[in-house]
Amino acid sequence: MYTFIIWKEKGEGEIELPDSARNEFWGFRRADGRVGVRNHVLILPTITCATQAAHQITQLVQGTVTFIHQHGCAQVGTDYEQTFRTYVGLGSNPNVYGVVVLGLGCETHQARNVAVEIAKTGKPVEVVSIQDHGGTLTAIAEGAKAAVRMVQDASVLKREPCGVEELIVGTECGGSDACSGLSANPAVGFVSDLLADRGGTAILAETTELIGAEHLLAARAVNEQIAKRVYEVIEAMENRSIAMGVDIRTGNPSPGNIEGGLSSLEEKSLGAAAKAGSRPLQEVIRYADQPSKKGLVWMDTPGHDIEQLTGMVAGGAQVVLFTSGRGTPTGSPIAPVIKIATNSAMFEKMNDNMDLNAGTIIEGKESIESVGGRIYQEVLRVADGKLTKAEILKQHDFGIWRIGPTF
Amino acid sequence: MADGYRTVMMNPGDKVAVALTPIPAGTLLTVTCRGRSFQVQVKEDIRFGHKFAVCPIRQGEDIVKYGKVIGVAVRNIDEGEHVHVHNLEGKRGRGDRIAGFRKE
Repeated sequence: MYTFIIWKEKGEGEIELPDSARNEFWGFRRADGRVGVRNHVLILPTITCATQAAHQITQLVQGTVTFIHQHGCAQVGTDYEQTFRTYVGLGSNPNVYGVVVLGLGCETHQARNVAVEIAKTGKPVEVVSIQDHGGTLTAIAEGAKAAVRMVQDASVLKREPCGVEELIVGTECGGSDACSGLSANPAVGFVSDLLADRGGTAILAETTELIGAEHLLAARAVNEQIAKRVYEVIEAMENRSIAMGVDIRTGNPSPGNIEGGLSSLEEKSLGAAAKAGSRPLQEVIRYADQPSKKGLVWMDTPGHDIEQLTGMVAGGAQVVLFTSGRGTPTGSPIAPVIKIATNSAMFEKMNDNMDLNAGTIIEGKESIESVGGRIYQEVLRVADGKLTKAEILKQHDFGIWRIGPTF
Repeated sequence: MADGYRTVMMNPGDKVAVALTPIPAGTLLTVTCRGRSFQVQVKEDIRFGHKFAVCPIRQGEDIVKYGKVIGVAVRNIDEGEHVHVHNLEGKRGRGDRIAGFRKE
């Protein structure tokens, strides 16, 4: 029986997990020392013009994944850099065995530059350019040949026991309702605390949905600089709405949130912040940056579910915990996403998409700690290889946080 | 609390509680939170997940949940009334006001 001391608002208390709780999972150790929980070959189109060819390659070659997008050209400055960082981060994620980087040839986000950065992880990387190879059909053939070699090499790798300290777990809530802050989010907060205590990492994100809760996070920052960063990223997000002369609330809380009983951005934020548990905030990182610290880390992302998910996976998250009150299918081509329902009615109604139910907390049948323990164990099972609903349904979403216009 | 109706109040300083089952208008409830107790007659139907006032809230007064401010009352709210976007307004993320687009 494991026993943990969990810091609580009212003092210290002991929390016990069942005997089956463990600290190890079976993962793929990569050349750079990081550990993957999946063994994908990624076909990475750096430009929208190459996405259809990338999709064709995934149709031909089992074991490959890709994502469709509309970016990679005519982007400048920090917006260019953020998209570049996201491509490199996704290719570098340890869930990816190897990458075929697919470009058109004339775009601003050059496939070769992205490939050079990903290759620094030591994983196999090949570049295919549609213009260099003389058109779509040849490029598809060349990309598929490279992918076949990688998939076969990847298939002989064996999983090995790895410690939970190797895990970066992204946390997210989408389609929130009034139960989110009462059930699934505090349960994920419990998991976030467990990960921090055992040397792992939990990413908190969704800056928009932390407006109104920033003082609580700043108070938990490990030093004054981090506390200052908390206020800075919130202020920057609010200033965007000021510069545009718009009310963030016209998009957030969303119509579904309001239907579910959430009345304001602040109310939604206070519930969303519960995902962060109670441990000290170690650092605040940019969108798609890899955490440099273990424990609780905040990534500056929008509240947009898929843009946030993409940023966390680009930051190296191997598994993502996603709570929902209204229900949502969102998934990633690279990282398994575990869906946790905040209420039992939605868990039943949207069972196609939901992996776990935290609604038992609302019904008084189960404690936050008990549900948190179940979620933690599911994280390890999924890390071992168990497929999530979003993976089985091929929910390969990709969305990038654009911070400038296209020119 | 009346049989079959479940509510939760997160913090003893809160001015609202959340219905964990649908509650019909006229129901008399006892809402408790860490030693504080409120007798509330619900004024209108409250849907699952929605909030109602546990005490009267004056126009302009902060509305508190989780022990924190979640917005301001845009008109007087009676005890037992549904509290939502029709009588509560958030204070944050309001570029439309700060930028002066909404003249008052």
